Amino acid sequence: MRDLGIDVLFKGSNMLRLLEGLWVSMRISLISVVISMVLGLLVGALMTRKSKVVKWFTRIYLEIVRVMPQMVLLFIVFFGTTRVFGWNIEAEKAAIIVFSFWGTAEMADLVRGALISIPVHQYESAAALGMTELQTYVHVIIPQTLRRLIPLSINLVTRMIKTTSLVMLIGVVEVLKVGQQIIEANRTSSPNAAFGVYATVFLLYFIACWPISMLSRYLERKWC
Amino acid sequence: MSIIQIEHLSKTFDSKENQVHALNDVSLSIEEGEIFGVIGLSGAGKSTLVRCLNLLEVPTSGTVTIGGKNLLELSKEELRRERQSIGMIFQHFNLLMQRNVLDNVCFPMEIAGISKKTARKKALEYLRTVGLEEKAKAYPVQLSGGQKQRVAIARVLASNPGIILCDEATSALDPQTTRTILELLKKINKEYGITIVLITHEMRVVEEICDRVAVLYHGHLEEIGSVQEVFGNPKTRAAKSLILARQSEQLEEEINREVEYGNV
Repeated sequence: MRDLGIDVLFKGSNMLRLLEGLWVSMRISLISVVISMVLGLLVGALMTRKSKVVKWFTRIYLEIVRVMPQMVLLFIVFFGTTRVFGWNIEAEKAAIIVFSFWGTAEMADLVRGALISIPVHQYESAAALGMTELQTYVHVIIPQTLRRLIPLSINLVTRMIKTTSLVMLIGVVEVLKVGQQIIEANRTSSPNAAFGVYATVFLLYFIACWPISMLSRYLERKWC
Repeated sequence: MSIIQIEHLSKTFDSKENQVHALNDVSLSIEEGEIFGVIGLSGAGKSTLVRCLNLLEVPTSGTVTIGGKNLLELSKEELRRERQSIGMIFQHFNLLMQRNVLDNVCFPMEIAGISKKTARKKALEYLRTVGLEEKAKAYPVQLSGGQKQRVAIARVLASNPGIILCDEATSALDPQTTRTILELLKKINKEYGITIVLITHEMRVVEEICDRVAVLYHGHLEEIGSVQEVFGNPKTRAAKSLILARQSEQLEEEINREVEYGNV
């Protein structure tokens, strides 16, 4: 068997650089996830309102996010706005804006789905017990909604983490970009580095996402 | 004075294409301490009627007077308090899944501001009434349908109601379990003197426990009277068709029994 090209990881501070790259990925995704969860809950609750105007706006928002590849969104926010509006947004901030914009829409749709899946008789029996609207939400609706949301939103979170690999296209040096740089720099001395480095990147993503899946399984078991 | 008095009650639902008249000028009164049945086929308006009794549905016109109070004139807060004295049980039980049986029964008392200690003591008492005290620590998922409905009944008792509304409370249960739940309702009616309004599409439920019955058909009140009167001598087509349905059901039961015994 030929060598797996793992040796490059131990040259200089390569492994440390990869970990720093991972931290950049995680920073972008985690900040976006937190923003998306909070805004998503609000927008999702808005989406169940009866107002036509609200419905129309949230609908358009959701459709834009659905049809637009995240990469195109990244390019618009990072390159597009610079030319047209003269904004100079840092790449990492642009990434956070785009991922929050995307995550909020998807989260909101999940929240909307979970809310409308709560049967009317749940609201009715709460009212029949003489509960106030606030009590109904705190004790009856929100616990059930959260339970339904866990598996769905965890899925979204891991997708957001994975998709941050796109941000290297607007010049953010995250884990994948660092990996590429290491491979390029060692092209002649260890031509097999691609395997070792990308396998390591894979492992790093796995280490980042796996605990989140575990947490989801734990919560599901605990709350059901 | 009757405990529940409905006058010229109508409810119309507007949908995009047409209007649905779920209730059409229904007037009736229910006496204190009786078990009153409302029977009709699906879509007859019985659910709407029972929901108008605690204003889960707001009627389009007419009045609902309970214990001398016109519900439609109450403020939101007063209505909420009034609802606490009108218990309701549902086909789907609607227990809180994240709380155990005891906490489910305590819940309405907590909301009413009763101290935890008193609430627990009372809750255990009500669980004894419904025969489920040994399940106090169990969670709803660990219970059978009949047991869940018992918990729901104990929970209703906890708010010390004068009236209990049963919305198809036994429709999700098998015949044996239905019978035991009906027995329990009868017992509650006797022991606590609670008026029970029960809606159902099953005639045997009415036969089993009701004092009087109203027959609804397409939102109209077709017939009202004692169970013997209405079922023994039906005057309207709606009542007659219900009785026919009951007879074929009985026939089916009989056949099933015969098959079970191996006679067929």
